Amino acid sequence: MTASSVLVAIVIVPFVVSVATFFLPVRMSKPLTVATGIAVFVLSAALVPRVLRAPIRVGGTLQADALSVVFLVATAFLYATTAIFAAGYLHLEAGRSGTRYGRLFYSGINLFCWAMVVAPVVNGIALLWVAIEITTVISALLVAIDDTEAASEAAWKYVLLASLGLGIALLATIVMYYAGTATFGPAYNLSYAKLLAGAHHFPPAAVRLAFVLAVLGFGTKMGLVPVHTWLPDAHSEAPTPVSALLSAALLAICFYAILRFYQVTERTVGSTYPRDVLLVFGVASLLLAALYLLRQRDLKRLLAYSSVEHMGILAIGMSFGVQLATIGVLLHVLSHAAAKGTAFFGSGSIVRKFGTKDMGRIRGGIGALPWSGPLIVAAILALSAMPPFGIFRSEFLIVSGGLSDPHDAVAAILIVLVTIAFFGLSWFTSQTMLSPDPRPGGTPDKVVGTPDQVVVTRGEPSVWIVVAMVIGLGALLVLGVHLPSQLSQLLDQAARELGGRR
Amino acid sequence: MGGVPSTYAGTTDVLTLLVLLTEFAMLRAPLLRSQIRLYAFQSLVVTVLAIVVAASRHVPELYALAAVTFVLKVVLVPGLVLRLMRKADTDLAGSSVLGVASMIMIAILVSVFGFVTVTTLHLHSDVLPTPTLAISVAIVLVAFVLIILRQDVVSQAVGFFSLENGVDVASLVVAAGLPLVVDVAFLFDLLVAVVVFGVIMRVHHGRSNTLSTHDMDRLRG
Repeated sequence: MTASSVLVAIVIVPFVVSVATFFLPVRMSKPLTVATGIAVFVLSAALVPRVLRAPIRVGGTLQADALSVVFLVATAFLYATTAIFAAGYLHLEAGRSGTRYGRLFYSGINLFCWAMVVAPVVNGIALLWVAIEITTVISALLVAIDDTEAASEAAWKYVLLASLGLGIALLATIVMYYAGTATFGPAYNLSYAKLLAGAHHFPPAAVRLAFVLAVLGFGTKMGLVPVHTWLPDAHSEAPTPVSALLSAALLAICFYAILRFYQVTERTVGSTYPRDVLLVFGVASLLLAALYLLRQRDLKRLLAYSSVEHMGILAIGMSFGVQLATIGVLLHVLSHAAAKGTAFFGSGSIVRKFGTKDMGRIRGGIGALPWSGPLIVAAILALSAMPPFGIFRSEFLIVSGGLSDPHDAVAAILIVLVTIAFFGLSWFTSQTMLSPDPRPGGTPDKVVGTPDQVVVTRGEPSVWIVVAMVIGLGALLVLGVHLPSQLSQLLDQAARELGGRR
Repeated sequence: MGGVPSTYAGTTDVLTLLVLLTEFAMLRAPLLRSQIRLYAFQSLVVTVLAIVVAASRHVPELYALAAVTFVLKVVLVPGLVLRLMRKADTDLAGSSVLGVASMIMIAILVSVFGFVTVTTLHLHSDVLPTPTLAISVAIVLVAFVLIILRQDVVSQAVGFFSLENGVDVASLVVAAGLPLVVDVAFLFDLLVAVVVFGVIMRVHHGRSNTLSTHDMDRLRG
């Protein structure tokens, strides 16, 4: 297969599957979605060696360079693992999986993933905006799909705030278009190659305005503070497979959109200005998220705030403007996708087992869940950047990049805030997972905590969930211990595309 | 620039300002129905603007865009929202946090802020002989005021649609040459967004039997 046909297949197959799953019964949609997810991931991985030779272009609408492929691989990985997880998760929805709910769910999940794999491979900031807007409308429906009062409240906040953010992002796109008219005349297309070729001659004021609007607009969907307020609600009230996709894949795609604006802005006005903008949003996000992590009782909200934290780390990492840190940022995109996906899969296992997201009522998780219990602990430790997992390596690269400028205190702030976040996450782990087992026949005299805690029997809700978590943690180990050489070349090349000091 | 503005610049200025004034009228309209009618009128002004730009800048694709805009925003979207409201049959008066006078005052301050901020960036050029960009930023900001100060799902949704009109004004005048495919994709996205807003509004109404967002405060922390 040629590189172009692989790219076209990636764009077409999930859409076809989404239409098909709308009409098929759930027992057929389940294996079909898993197969599609795995196929899209394999195809995306097959693009890695090809894109190292040269960027891929298909007509005027599709393109993939190293930067695109990094985000494509992360999204496709989530597509595959979430499909596996959902196969176990939805099975447990008693009486629901065979009905209209199941068909809507599978069709929606496939369409959502389709929009997310399309976003990094379209050519140009206008089409990118369109793809991200499609992700918003589909995921808003998926947030509301459970049809509870809390879900409709969360969906309303999400669709309103994300749409407003994207309205601002559209304004950013138009201002960027206007900036180009000085060079290209009144009619041209917004493809990346064209924008980057002309960026040196764009009027700086217009490009600056476009960049700020883009960070504010796409930042709303990425979860940057102070425009993150929809995020914990939507993540906690959505069905868990949707939470995993929102948190681990969609936020990164919106970061990708900001990076595309960054590339142009950096060529027009130099890197200082866009780095400063990202620094402000990044530090605010990391600070607020770290503090909220300390006092969170809802399991899925805890993971949502951890996403805000990691998005802050990405923004700060870019603000260092050093190539080492940029490589770290791109590796962080991959490892955060794997770690957050795995953690949400684990939370699905806990919610199914204990029937609650309230961490005050969950005790002895590791005893009740013989497989996913230890896996959840490992995933949470991975999220708080423990070696040997991928996030340790990526945060290490980011911090080393930041420390290359000895007068810069930001790297120190980053370390302090990440440590606070670590306290919050490890408090959760010890309280709910590693606490004494409250089961009758355990050691009742040592039971601590509130009297309304849930008592459960030992056993796994579903083997599919365990499989998805093992794959996620396996990927994290690979990313942390030994990067495949082609992947490492891919990250190098993508970082070069983003510029920055060596 | 100096000198007398051309007919084109004058016409676009008047039409853009009309969009801004409609936004203010929506802010003070007490009834949800009149708010939706104002939105339809605002969309009509945007349609006329598209025709003016198409004629004077010789961009024939914009005629097609004007037609699509008319069908979608003047007929279809207001029709859908009105139909939804007939079904809901409650809360016909919108609910605002502040009195009309304070809302208008805030909106004036905010729009002046937006206008002055963008004007000081000196973005004028041959392609952009008018202050349209500054006015459309003001429209977007007033739409934000509307969304923040109104506490019912219909007003908030209509606020978002009118914000989109403000961005549309900018795209017509500032980026007239934007490929038609992209313009149509934008409009298609709007249509999908309207449907999704409608679905979630209905879910909300079905759950809580009200269009108010007042009780949407359970999720926090």
